[in-house]
Amino acid sequence: MLSSSPTVPAAAVLEPIEKGNSLWHDAWLRLRKNRLAVFGMWALAIITVACLFGPLVMHYGYEDQNLDLGASPPSAAHWLGTDTLGRDLLVRLFYGGRVSLAVGLSATLVALSIGVVYGAIAGFFGGKLDAVMMRTVDIMYSLPFPIFVILLMVFFGRNIILLFVAIGAVEWLTMARIVRGQVQSIKKMEFIEAARSLGLGRRRIIFRHILPNVLGPIIVYTTLTIPGVMLLEAFLSFLGLGVQPPMSSWGVLIKDGAEKMEEFPWLLIFPGTIFSLTLFSLNFLGDGLRDALDVRSSKD
Amino acid sequence: MAETILQLTGVKTHFPITSGFLLRRHVGTVKAVDGVTLAVGQGEVLGLVGESGCGKSTLARTIMQLVPTTAGTVVLHGRNLANCSAADLLGARRDMQMVFQDPYASLNPRMTVFATLAEPLLVHGVCPPGEVNARVAELMRTVGLAPRFMQKYPHEFSGGQRQRIAIARALALQPKVIIADEPVSALDVSIQAQILNLLAQLCRRMNLSLIFIAHDLSVVKHISDRVAVMYLGKIVELGPARAVIEHPRHPYTRALVSAIPTPNPDVERSRQRIVLPGDPPSPINPPAGCAFHPRCPHAREICKAAIPPLALFEPGRDVACVRAEEIAEL
Repeated sequence: MLSSSPTVPAAAVLEPIEKGNSLWHDAWLRLRKNRLAVFGMWALAIITVACLFGPLVMHYGYEDQNLDLGASPPSAAHWLGTDTLGRDLLVRLFYGGRVSLAVGLSATLVALSIGVVYGAIAGFFGGKLDAVMMRTVDIMYSLPFPIFVILLMVFFGRNIILLFVAIGAVEWLTMARIVRGQVQSIKKMEFIEAARSLGLGRRRIIFRHILPNVLGPIIVYTTLTIPGVMLLEAFLSFLGLGVQPPMSSWGVLIKDGAEKMEEFPWLLIFPGTIFSLTLFSLNFLGDGLRDALDVRSSKD
Repeated sequence: MAETILQLTGVKTHFPITSGFLLRRHVGTVKAVDGVTLAVGQGEVLGLVGESGCGKSTLARTIMQLVPTTAGTVVLHGRNLANCSAADLLGARRDMQMVFQDPYASLNPRMTVFATLAEPLLVHGVCPPGEVNARVAELMRTVGLAPRFMQKYPHEFSGGQRQRIAIARALALQPKVIIADEPVSALDVSIQAQILNLLAQLCRRMNLSLIFIAHDLSVVKHISDRVAVMYLGKIVELGPARAVIEHPRHPYTRALVSAIPTPNPDVERSRQRIVLPGDPPSPINPPAGCAFHPRCPHAREICKAAIPPLALFEPGRDVACVRAEEIAEL
């Protein structure tokens, strides 16, 4: 029933059918002109590929220690140097990147799926249901996040899955608010009334007519959520609540590096640079997407 | 008049005004449509005029069942739609469609023309999936658009073209009644005539009934068989288009007609405008008696006493004014 736009068999129309440019296509053209956003996309692509495939071509594992070597500055054998236990920093950066990116993506996905559905329901049905749902969000907003996470960790033990859930469970609140507001404004538009006049079902109206029109803000907010989530993971790891050794994440590496930055500055500089670069890239991409998808700037 | 296809009887649409959180208190009621009785014949074009906020659009949405009816009946083809079951309503939607005011807002910007026009066909199973493409092409030709544009998006069309797409969408289900809510007021003047002609021509060709809403009598005169004039949720005058515009009987209609500019400068110079004092009263708290009396140049004490019913003035002509006959002789 929720079939996407049906394709047109060419036979019935004699004249050649002109292809239209969807708003998505226009947005893509605008995005491509934004240099910072393009830079962000490339940087993210390279970092992701490196983190995924880098460890496969490296000679060291993330927990292979070389206590004789200890902390060594960058060299031909260890391009980014080693930490105090003689572990190769580059390999640990790759593995840490996998964890950080995975946390960022999956927690954002959790936030996205809960937030969009919740916000769309509250916004579409409105009235008392909306009031109850959104006041619940307000109450959850007021809970202090670190205490929430610490409680979770105390009750359920340290677990990386739990970390995703904890972060996702907090981040969806903002997403729900954004989606609700957008749905409320779209739902009053005449094309929704037209859809109701045509006798379309609620599901079809929500998924075919409303959500595609709020996708822009959702995409933008998603790209801006990922860095937020990665920062949270770093923050939790910094507090010792996140990823546990010998596994690494960028947050863990930065924490370790910060402790020894006076003696072995490269342990802070490299993870810090990569992490900042990723966050910058995501933010540039998010800003670029916001400009590209903004309805006001699209031709009318 | 031909066979009646749409009959409204005592239709009221009131919106409650509430305040407070969760435990909402009822603090008032907006009587947007307050007792409208109206019949539309098969193939008839009924013009509905009135100033902004008089309830024209709400009446349209009530007929379309986009807002719940507070009281009264909306009978389409012998079926009462007011608060009927969802299944009955779905069936009725095939017989009745709407064209909206703003063609920039009434088309989903993410859907191609094809997707927009195919959707009602598929949802209602109007034609087998294999014929959807041909049917969409036919609809586009009907409204004067080339089918080769069917994979384009609304933002790639001009306002007039978009309104044609909206009309095609309304025609997709082959309805018997179309309600057009100010379909030309968002368009350039040069395009307005084209869309009006298209609507008039479609009605003639398909024997469609059209309720044409406008706040501009000159537009209505051009297209309508009959005209209904609305003031503050009620119909105050109803009759054949020519008669209503050439010999308005209700003081409010007189004021509206006097505001139509004429292209002939000599006539225009001598045109006597009736300027109504004040603003339309609030539909939350309408004046006692005739709602028009505070602004009416002919108001007497009697006008404040009771709400004048829409009464037969002469055959085919209804006027809601107790002094209609006295005023006619002035």
